[in-house]
Amino acid sequence: MTELLERETRVDAAAGVIDCDIHPNPKGPHGVLPYLPERWQEHLKRFGSHYRQPFASSLPYPRFGDGNRLDTKLPDGGYGGSDLGFMQKQHLDGRGIAHGILQPLSPNAQSQRNLAYAAALSEAVNAWQLDAWVDPEPRLRASLVVPQEDAQASARMIEKNAGDRRFIQVALCPRAFEPLGRQRYWPIFDAAAEAGLPIGLHVGGFSGYADSGSGWASYYLEDHHSNTESMMALVTSLVLEGVFEAFPTLKIVLIEGGFVWLPSLAWRLDKHWKTLKAEVPHLRRAPSEYIRQHFWYTTQPIDEPAKPQHMRETMEWVGLDRILFSTDYPHWDYDDPATALNRIRLSAEERHGILRGNAQALFGFD
Amino acid sequence: MAEHRVCRVEELPEGGRRKVSVKGRDVALFNVRGELFAILDRCPHAGASLCDGQLTGLMHSEGPGDYRLTREGEILRCPWHRWEFDLRTGKSCAEPNRIFVRTYAVSVAGGGSVSPAEVAEAPAEQLETETFPVHVEGHWVVVEA
Repeated sequence: MTELLERETRVDAAAGVIDCDIHPNPKGPHGVLPYLPERWQEHLKRFGSHYRQPFASSLPYPRFGDGNRLDTKLPDGGYGGSDLGFMQKQHLDGRGIAHGILQPLSPNAQSQRNLAYAAALSEAVNAWQLDAWVDPEPRLRASLVVPQEDAQASARMIEKNAGDRRFIQVALCPRAFEPLGRQRYWPIFDAAAEAGLPIGLHVGGFSGYADSGSGWASYYLEDHHSNTESMMALVTSLVLEGVFEAFPTLKIVLIEGGFVWLPSLAWRLDKHWKTLKAEVPHLRRAPSEYIRQHFWYTTQPIDEPAKPQHMRETMEWVGLDRILFSTDYPHWDYDDPATALNRIRLSAEERHGILRGNAQALFGFD
Repeated sequence: MAEHRVCRVEELPEGGRRKVSVKGRDVALFNVRGELFAILDRCPHAGASLCDGQLTGLMHSEGPGDYRLTREGEILRCPWHRWEFDLRTGKSCAEPNRIFVRTYAVSVAGGGSVSPAEVAEAPAEQLETETFPVHVEGHWVVVEA
């Protein structure tokens, strides 16, 4: 019998990992309710929550039951990611996480059709993040959720919280009602740039359109993959609308959308820009230059090409300084910091950059 | 190959599962309809504990539109990314031909193991699974390792 070699990547526990994608979940369907003003609690009970999608109260596709790792279920049967103590033991302590950025997905405030409710729910989700997670656990930071379809209200919310370092970024949904680069969203970018807060775009949101560019998917595999397509459309919109000419200090973090598609997108944009630049005269540089300057990317779910050197080459093109480690805890497609980067040939310095240094440089954790 | 008494029979009832230690390594035991299986408790993909996984069946298709669920309870699904392994052989269901398969002359065996380190150096061909013969001696469940 052949003995198998057992080896793990050593994660430097003292240095710690910065996890840019942790999902906190409310305790039960009404976990965020106490943070809503009574007027909006009453609204929720009487009229409900309405996203911009054809499904009243579900995702376009079911996700392995509750969408979580099986071993994140709480001992009492509770939903994974809904208990700080369990998360601390299993994830923060268990995986040597020095800092973690919360990405609240549910309830989704950004995609609400009732904009006043969207604003109230954003405030509630933000208060809940601080009260239930960040204040009791100093390793965690919140993402400032804003009612993105009301750009003025979003900008006011950013200005109001700008000095609060517990909020590390502004959370927008990439699937907005319109392509996010359009000018109706610019007050959000203006306020974020002014506050020095990166915009964190975690895959998801409900635009009202089918997830793929050619209609509703038949399979979860098809639906899940469309996350990358939505990110490509997002990058294209932000660059071509001139967002980075208007807000030259704006920083964008793409979360859970991958990055290996970037070289292809940028090459094609550059090629066609040379021919069509008269259509977008507000662009002063090639699209790839804006992309290289303004975007960061989280790793999970990290692609696993058959030849690991292909990943290494793609990372070099994208920028090894632009890649931020993320786990997606407690979701099923979680990446473990002890194993996720193993196949990729990285120097100790590069590995440290991805696991921690790049996020430290971007967000400046205290 | 030595024999290791890992638990008593009544501690692994039908439908039960149990994590035990054999020569310092974690091994997951399953009792599927009275048949015992033992596999290394570590997914070859990313290192999750397979003992926390789901027992399911093999979804088989001869072509589009054809679906058959077979071998109920004999396929182990990893608790993280849901990679599926055949408890009898340890072979991955997605890429069985790229994975080294061990067979044992024993009547009861199971497999499935991992080594992220192997993955680190690459090829899926090295996503080896490790199975352990299991049998019952009197009141004891015995794993050979």
